[in-house]
Amino acid sequence: MLGSWMSSFDKSIFDDFAPFEEEMDRMFDTLNRTTGIRAVRRGSFPQVNIGASPERVDVYLFGAGLDPKTVDISIEKSLLAVSGSREVPTREGGAYYRRERFGGDFRRVVSLPEDVDPEHADANYRDGVLHITVPRRESVRPRQIEVR
Amino acid sequence: METTSEVARTQDAGTSAVQVKTGEEVRTLMPLVDIFEDSEGITVEADLPGVAKDRLNVQADRHRLIIEGDVVIDMPEGMEAQYADVQATRYARSFALSGELDAERTEASLKDGVLTVHIPKRSEFCPRKIEVRVS
Repeated sequence: MLGSWMSSFDKSIFDDFAPFEEEMDRMFDTLNRTTGIRAVRRGSFPQVNIGASPERVDVYLFGAGLDPKTVDISIEKSLLAVSGSREVPTREGGAYYRRERFGGDFRRVVSLPEDVDPEHADANYRDGVLHITVPRRESVRPRQIEVR
Repeated sequence: METTSEVARTQDAGTSAVQVKTGEEVRTLMPLVDIFEDSEGITVEADLPGVAKDRLNVQADRHRLIIEGDVVIDMPEGMEAQYADVQATRYARSFALSGELDAERTEASLKDGVLTVHIPKRSEFCPRKIEVRVS
């Protein structure tokens, strides 16, 4: 029974991820929760991580195989939009068993804190990760007040 | 995230199962793949964004192809995560191979986080082109 052996193999892989996915859905997504109007389905290409420190906001887009020249990054007010297209050329003269990798156009919009300074945003692309840094305005950073 | 990568790094990335559990559970990411076969062999393409060449481990033997890699991203000090689709720092996935594949001649390349692995078929399984000589 090769078929059932194969499916149990696949299942064991996904089992390890299922609780994690469910946990994520419960925390962030569909179940009884209002989602952002521009939010995409969890796991959509490219996956995004966002971090914030008092000085700046760091946005990481996990987009392997992008041509950075074709990626459009714009910040309007506090909305960061990243759009582009990933080419996944189809190989000829054979057959695919799996096509899990995303190919085509994408657009992700991230809502940044109000106090960002888009004029001084910066972006670099390395090892398939697009890293965008947006500094925060001086005035709103927590200031150390010295007691005399 | 920190502990995950620590545990992962101390493990021997040997021939045992990819998903290793040593008391503490190691959460791994499953890289998405395309798998293509033609008369020459099998080509696996995997998305491993954030993995540099020196943090990538590709192993192929007669029975299995193993792909593992650690994500290293540049993070400023004092950064707090606001949102994270990617919640682990290690990719791992493995595939069972069949006997007609010649794992010893496996070739791999990595560009912008895309890994391409080509495993050729043993020559006796490749369709041979017979040249017709004109006398």
